Amino acid sequence: MSGLSKVEVQGVTKAFGDVEGTVPALERISFQVPAGGFTSLLGPSGCGKSTLFNIIAGLMRPDRGDVLLDGRSVIGKPGQVGYMLQKDLLLPWRSIQDNIILGARLRHVPVKDALTQARALMERYGLKGFEKRKPHELSGGMRQRAALLRTLLTEREVLLLDEPFGALDALTRLQLQLGLTDVWQTFRKTILLVTHDVEEAIFLSDEILVLSRRPGRVRRQLTVPLPRPRTVDMLASPEVMGLKKELLELLLKEEGSANESNG
Amino acid sequence: MKATGETPSGVLDRRVRRSPAVQLWRWGILLGLLILWEAGARLGWIDGFYFSSPAQILQTAVVKWQQGNLWADIVYTGASTLLGFVLGTVAGSAVGLVFWFSRRVALVSEPYLIVLNALPKLALAPVLVILFGIGFPSKVVLAFLMTVVTAAISAYGGVRSVDPALETLMFSLGAGRLRVFSHVVVPSAMPWIISGLRVNIALSMAGAIVGEFIASDRGLGRMIVYAGTTFDLKLVWVGVVVLSLLSIVMYGSVVLLEKALGKRWSAQRT
Ligand SMILES: Nc1ncnc2c1ncn2[C@@H]1O[C@H](COP(=O)(O)OP(=O)(O)O)[C@@H](O)[C@H]1O
Ligand SMILES: [Mg+2]
Repeated sequence: MSGLSKVEVQGVTKAFGDVEGTVPALERISFQVPAGGFTSLLGPSGCGKSTLFNIIAGLMRPDRGDVLLDGRSVIGKPGQVGYMLQKDLLLPWRSIQDNIILGARLRHVPVKDALTQARALMERYGLKGFEKRKPHELSGGMRQRAALLRTLLTEREVLLLDEPFGALDALTRLQLQLGLTDVWQTFRKTILLVTHDVEEAIFLSDEILVLSRRPGRVRRQLTVPLPRPRTVDMLASPEVMGLKKELLELLLKEEGSANESNG
Repeated sequence: MKATGETPSGVLDRRVRRSPAVQLWRWGILLGLLILWEAGARLGWIDGFYFSSPAQILQTAVVKWQQGNLWADIVYTGASTLLGFVLGTVAGSAVGLVFWFSRRVALVSEPYLIVLNALPKLALAPVLVILFGIGFPSKVVLAFLMTVVTAAISAYGGVRSVDPALETLMFSLGAGRLRVFSHVVVPSAMPWIISGLRVNIALSMAGAIVGEFIASDRGLGRMIVYAGTTFDLKLVWVGVVVLSLLSIVMYGSVVLLEKALGKRWSAQRT
């Protein structure tokens, strides 16, 4: 709207070198996410979604292109965005609360303050009573929730979530999706989500980007025409059905051409 | 978190291990063997001169103890073993861990580690005695050399096992390399380091004893050599038995240490 976007990806291109030459992973990816926006990325596996996130997180340099956060380049500057992966990556030797405050601790927030914040969040998102437990004592859903809170406590304005709920069962996933929506609205984060789940993308996002098979390019950019707050029964509306069909067909086409070129 | 030393032992296994029947059999067999040994020596089935007998060994040990030498020898050998073990483990682990900082240094060093590991360090004992004298230092150095390489290899194994995604996570949180090292690499490598301790305490003792065999004026190893050259085989047996007990005590302490450390560092097991 305002023309000033929170995240701006400009012509990002990346190839990986290997013995037989280079494998292009991303090709001239460009898009923008407005402040407070929720954008999902869909695409066949191996099309470079995680690579793109690593670049936005400042962990990897693109061959060409730039990524701007509030108008400033973040290339090669990690620690500017919150990053959450499919694996919860909780440190097994630390208690849940010590894991959640990890990002805050790395920014030298005093333990006391960080813990106060963490405890409030844990209570709100159903982790009360598990503060001192070790990660292996929690269910997969709870661990992922803890990972989400850790990402949130980095207090970055932009969160990158790379297939965060991919390994969870349907019900747990729905609970976490609702939790994520709450986090997004309450804390006014700008969120970029990679998912395989078309319904999840529709349910959560304002915008959906469909990437092509490798090398990833932006194939389609769609706006989700659903009001907020979203409810589960919206998922059965004709609009959503139509959107779902369109997205699935696009993805199938991409997967299909991938299979042909592999065969 | 697999390499925590202890084999995966299920609940059933643990219950069986603690059962009184198992305990009874274990001690019973030991007692039986001792009785057989004693009877064999007395009835002339085995040559008492070479094999002595439990009663004679005990008697010799008591005499030796009353003279006050035995305790001094135990302390001497025990101290060089422990000191070599601690120094070797700490130094070796540090080297292995530091390899995390440079993949290139690690890759260049790898073959050297393998060769050093294969090198029969005990063969160096005469050189070490010449270099460091016949006293305490040469024993400690040999015990140190026995442990330092395996400790480095264990720690390096731990470093290589660190989940790269964990490193990525830490960097994404804005951590520098030192923080990633102390928050993730060292704790991840701890189970590997811990799993090397048992082997290392035995190696360290072997180093200390061989050092005493070569040249020493004190220690259990020296006592055995001295007794051997004077054909005092009873005393040799005293040395062997006391060394075994010392080794059991040290091994047991390391197992306890492992348990304590393991609880702290490998959260996978309860
Ligand atoms: N560090 C790397 N080195 C070499 N190739 C890589 C590396 N990371 C990813 N790739 C390759 O780049 C492509 C895109 O990977 P990735 O970004 O993980 O895809 P996605 O997350 O969309 O499944 C894949 O073909 C993958 O094999
Ligand atoms: Mg991926």
